[in-house]
Amino acid sequence: MAPELPSQGEPVTPARAGARLALEGLGRQYDGRWVLENLDLEIESGSFVSFLGPSGAGKSTLLRIVAGLEKPSAGTVGLQGEGPQPPMVRMMFQEDRMLPWRSVEDNVLLGVKGRRDEARALLEAVGLGDRGGAWPAELSGGQRQRVALARALLHHPELLLLDEPFGALDAITRIAMQQLLERLWLEQPRTVLLVTHDVEEALVLSDRVLVLADGSVGRDLRIDLPRGERRGHPRLVAWKEELLQGLLAPHSTAPADV
Amino acid sequence: MSEPLLKGISMPEQLLLAKDPQPHSGPSGRPGAGKDRGTGSPSAARNRRVLLRAARTAGPWVVPVLVLVVWQWTAAVGILPPSILPAPEAVWRAGADLAATGELQFHILTSLRRILQGFALGAATGLILGFLVGMSKVTEILLDRSLQMVRTIPHLALVPLMIAWFGIGEEPKILLVALGTFFPIYLNTVTGIRGVDPKLLQLGRSYGLGRWRLVRDIAVPGAMPTILSGIRYSLGVAWMTLVIAETISASDGIGYLAQNARELLRTDQIVLAIVLYALAGLLADLLTRLIERRVLRWHPNYRPRANQ
Repeated sequence: MAPELPSQGEPVTPARAGARLALEGLGRQYDGRWVLENLDLEIESGSFVSFLGPSGAGKSTLLRIVAGLEKPSAGTVGLQGEGPQPPMVRMMFQEDRMLPWRSVEDNVLLGVKGRRDEARALLEAVGLGDRGGAWPAELSGGQRQRVALARALLHHPELLLLDEPFGALDAITRIAMQQLLERLWLEQPRTVLLVTHDVEEALVLSDRVLVLADGSVGRDLRIDLPRGERRGHPRLVAWKEELLQGLLAPHSTAPADV
Repeated sequence: MSEPLLKGISMPEQLLLAKDPQPHSGPSGRPGAGKDRGTGSPSAARNRRVLLRAARTAGPWVVPVLVLVVWQWTAAVGILPPSILPAPEAVWRAGADLAATGELQFHILTSLRRILQGFALGAATGLILGFLVGMSKVTEILLDRSLQMVRTIPHLALVPLMIAWFGIGEEPKILLVALGTFFPIYLNTVTGIRGVDPKLLQLGRSYGLGRWRLVRDIAVPGAMPTILSGIRYSLGVAWMTLVIAETISASDGIGYLAQNARELLRTDQIVLAIVLYALAGLLADLLTRLIERRVLRWHPNYRPRANQ
């Protein structure tokens, strides 16, 4: 467990706890087509890593395999927590997946016995302290997604998987959610993997941005800008431009390949 | 370009705003009501609202009361001969007479007991088999086809067989009611469970719920709206079945009361029996509505409109 130092300048993030992830030769095929192929990847504990890539690049598949919701066709997933037992992994989905028949608070308590006070504190932390007794149907989409975040956090996951969690939200709510997520991550150490289509979201939130293309990692970018100064920073804008160009390129050449 | 974006942002907020500030809106939540409140004095507006609410409560009873009045009047004048349809007042007297001897209560209680026993039997088996078939592929393969084949037999076609087996004992009535209630509940339970969002089940699994808790916390509540509408439907079938069973072979119960009255040419008692069945059906429906409102209070469609 060597303390990790950011590559450059002042600490981007403090030394952090969380699960360490190692993928070796990971592959997944559907009907003979390899969505992920021979993927090797190491993710440091406590880091915030985002996955970008065109639709069908295998981002969500990768996340579902790490979550144990799908079996890989080849290779191994190595997960190491802080203790001897396998680390707690929780996933937050693109849809909020609220149980409509449970109050907001009881939704947060899904799969957890007792700890009602902690659930309330988490609702407070996501800004919904007064809505614990409401039904999910009474909340807006952004509020429901915040409940889903609180629900995932109640399990103290050492690895938090986020599958386009803010994809269905409007622009303003999305930025508010990003800030909330960053704040909670800074307060509570854990490894986070985020799948997103939003290049800026990835750049603003992550220590590391990985671009998946054709089943493997095409680009591995370390973001060493200080958090809080990232939005609108010239280097971030340049990266964004570069990544967008890269994401657009395969699409424009694809028809020529066929 | 920016306009649709802005609209997209403000819509959920607008919805929230529209819902929250006036939880007691009730009947005034209509388009025109806001205008009235603006122009009239506050007390006039309140009077209006009270009147509206009274009209809402009393309105549905206007037609039934009118029918009763016309019925009573035509009977009293002699247009309606008592042998065809006795006056409401005569029906009431027939009921009072039977109640005085205790006969009425006895027949009502007998019918109620049969409904309860038959319904409990049919509902329990329907729910259990429905869950087994809905939750497990093995039981589905084993049972579903057979049950679907049995379902094609109208359960009332079994009346002669039941009488041949059990005579006029309790068993045929209870079994027939149970059979009538079983299928709607079984079918709705299976459909309800199959309709539970697989994404919610996946969520439950990935959040560490065991098999039992998956059923209890996700499958059952998810299937509940469908199951409850099955229960409501089957209660109607249960009463219908009991009417037929009691009319054909019984020595007590409301159906027997009607049958016996026919032999004695007591149309007032026949009508009384019909009214009793109607009341029972109404009560059963009210009861299930109450249960639905309680159990499905999370569901926007079942929430009471006014806050009461």
